[in-house]
This record gives sequence, C-alpha cells and structure tokens, in this order.
Amino acid sequence: MRRLIISVMVLLMPVTVSATSLSIQVEEGQVRSTPSFLGEIVDKVVYGESVELVKEQGPWRMVNTKRKPGWIHQSALSESKVELVPGSDVNEGASGKEIALAGKGFNPEVESAYKAAHQQISFAWVDNMEKLTVNNADIEQFIKQGGLRGAGL
Amino acid sequence: MMRSLLIALLAIGLASCADMSKVVSGVASVAGAAGMPYSRELGSVARATTAVAKTMEDITPSQEYYIGRTVSAGIVNRYPVKANPAANNYLNLLGQVLVMASDKPSTYKGYHFLLLDTDEVVAFAAPSGFVFVSKGMVKLCKNEDDLAAVLAHEIGHVQKSHALAAISTSRITSALTIIASEGAQAAVGGYVGELTRVFEGSIDDITQKLVNSGYARGQENEADASAIKIMQRVGYDPAALIRVLETMKAKVQPGATGFTSTHPPADDRIADIRPLLPQSLVAMAANANRDKRFGDMLSAL
Repeated sequence: MRRLIISVMVLLMPVTVSATSLSIQVEEGQVRSTPSFLGEIVDKVVYGESVELVKEQGPWRMVNTKRKPGWIHQSALSESKVELVPGSDVNEGASGKEIALAGKGFNPEVESAYKAAHQQISFAWVDNMEKLTVNNADIEQFIKQGGLRGAGL
Repeated sequence: MMRSLLIALLAIGLASCADMSKVVSGVASVAGAAGMPYSRELGSVARATTAVAKTMEDITPSQEYYIGRTVSAGIVNRYPVKANPAANNYLNLLGQVLVMASDKPSTYKGYHFLLLDTDEVVAFAAPSGFVFVSKGMVKLCKNEDDLAAVLAHEIGHVQKSHALAAISTSRITSALTIIASEGAQAAVGGYVGELTRVFEGSIDDITQKLVNSGYARGQENEADASAIKIMQRVGYDPAALIRVLETMKAKVQPGATGFTSTHPPADDRIADIRPLLPQSLVAMAANANRDKRFGDMLSAL
C-alpha cells in the first residue's frame, strides 16, 4: 500500500509537465538559472527556437533548450512551433500557425519600403531609443535604494 | 486511513491536472495577446491556400515590433526628444523595474522609454514596448510613485495590445490576403508594395488612436487595472494613479491637446480606479533616495 501511495504521489507531482514543446517568440531570450530576471543567464535562445516545457513556477517556465535546462518567462514563449534557427527548417507538414513566425508580413523589407515612401520621417531616434538599455546591477541598486520590492525579480 | 489518504492524493492530483492545463492555456493566451484573430473573411484566396492562410492567425511579435518602430518614428517626428542621457537612464531604470513586474515583460525586442521635450502633457505606448512620456507629464508628477503610475499605465496598454486593436479589421484581412498570396505576387514584385500600403494604413490607424482620438474608456480602465497590479507588486503606492489624475484635472486646461484630449475625463477614470485599489492601503514609507533621484530627473528637464 505504501508503495502505491508513493507511486501515486510521484505520478501526480503538481508542477511537472512533460513533452510540451514551445517556441521562443522574442528575438533573443535569456534562459536563467533561477526563475527571476536577475538570475544568471545560462543559455540564450532565438526567435522560433523550440524548447521543451519541464515545469512552472508562477509566470516562469523551466524549459529544456537543445543545450541545457533553465528558466524563462512565459511571455517569451508561444505554443506555436517553428524551427528557424540555422541548420533547421520548417517542414512541409507544419501547420499554418507554425509557419506564421517565419518573418512574413510586416518585416524589414516592408519597413524599408515605408521609409522610401516617407523620407521625411526619420527613424534615427527610434534606433537610438532601442539602444537605451539598463543593466541588472543598476536595476538591483535602483530597487534597493528606492526601498522597492522588485517583484518578478 | 489509507483510503482517505489516497483520495486526498488523487484530489491533489486532479487539481494539479487543472493547473497543468492552465499552464498550457496560459501560454496560449500569451501568444494570442500578442497578435490578432484570424479573420474568417479571407475568402477564396485563403481557402485556396489553406495551409498558408492558417499561418496568419496572428500578427506575430516580430510584425508587432516593426509596427511599433514605425508608429514610434511618427511620434518622435511629431515631438522633439529630450536627449538627456541621465534623465533617460532614470526613466529606463524605472520603466524596466515596472516591466519586470508586469504580466508581459517580454516583447520581441523589449521595452524602451524615451522623454519627449514638450510641455504638452502626453504619454504614449507604441506596440511592442516603445513608451514615450513628455517633459510636461513628468513635471506634473509630484514624486517617483506618480511617474511610476504613468509608465505602468502605458505598460498596461502594451500588455493588452490596445494599439494593435486600433488597426481596422479590413486592413488585417487585406494583409492576410496579400501574405497568403505571397507566392503569386512575389514573382511580379507586387507583394512588398501592396503590403507596405496596408502597413501605412495600419500605422495611420494606430497613430490616430494614440495621438488624436484616444482609447475607449474600457481600454483605459484595463490599462489602469494593470498599472495598479504592477505598482503593488513593485512596492509603489497604487493610489498615485488617482493623485496624478487629480493633478491633471486641476492643472491641465480643459480643451488642451495631449493626454486630456485623448483620455476619458479624470473623474470617470478615478471612479473606475477606486474599486480596483486595495481595501486597506498601507501608507508608503517615505524614501529619501526615491525623492532625490526623482528630483535630479526633474532638474535635468
């Protein structure tokens, strides 16, 4: 009976999800050692790359990349499956949604055409804006000095 | 005893199955939130190319990013930028702390915050996380909590994809149709041209909504609800949102362009916000560092 109970307990572990494949839906995702934006980055994943869901903790998902396990925020993940990393391909049997991440639609080519038609609109400050980044050490200091909680960190 | 234990374990198990389905549907909703529903009106082109047409169920995060870039270009061509590195660094630190506590901290290339050099009281959020706040708006804030409320509200709009929702359904249908027929169009070079025209229309739809007409009261309420949640998680005073609105009501002239012309009346928003605030608000401890860095930012404007 005890063995049965142990078996049931193992089978019903509440947070373990097996063999669910998810795709990265950000240009570059950081896979971290802990479920926190301040966790050490153990791997990087790219748009469209497939990862396997292992378990959840709040909004964080532990995933197995092709290289190692780690944590990534759920908002960086999509159920759509697509393989766009070098050396892989989107096979013909892929469903429509799977190919949807493949960079069709509004893309750099369309932006270039828009710029050509609207030369009075400068993108210089948008490019500059994207370079405005802050590092984790400064964020930690900002939170600490400000007496903040820094949820999600 | 054993039987009870087993039943209890099974009950826990059932609950965890429910949790697991929530995990999966949660991820699905994230994908859905980033895009738009597939239109049933695609017509014959889509039906003829079902395999491809199904691919266009969503405006993908990557497409949302390119839309956001171009909407942002329109904003910074309309308003001058306050190119003060220290002030923009402070704004980005504050913004990122709020983003990390939001329900959608990850966008295609992340969130970025920029100061606009105008006394007009404005704040905008373009798709994919390009957030703008004017000098006039910052000066209206009494402290860091107030400014956090403004930024958290804009992050709420990004989180809920409100700007994307401004794109007319017919334009989405057009985009889907063009993309679905890409193979045929590409040969004669018409694909990019046609898509660019739809892109232009989509940018116009969003800009019109952000700068001129403003969001519906329900969308503003959603953004306010997100802001309150974010502020509570970080440790800012969620009531700051009401304070900012009251200040705007008192100081911004009726009929002025900018925030007041694109948002529902302050009293309506305050009435919508009050029920969302925690029942018992704990007074926030004063923090000299917060006051100093906010003061430094103000003096840089």
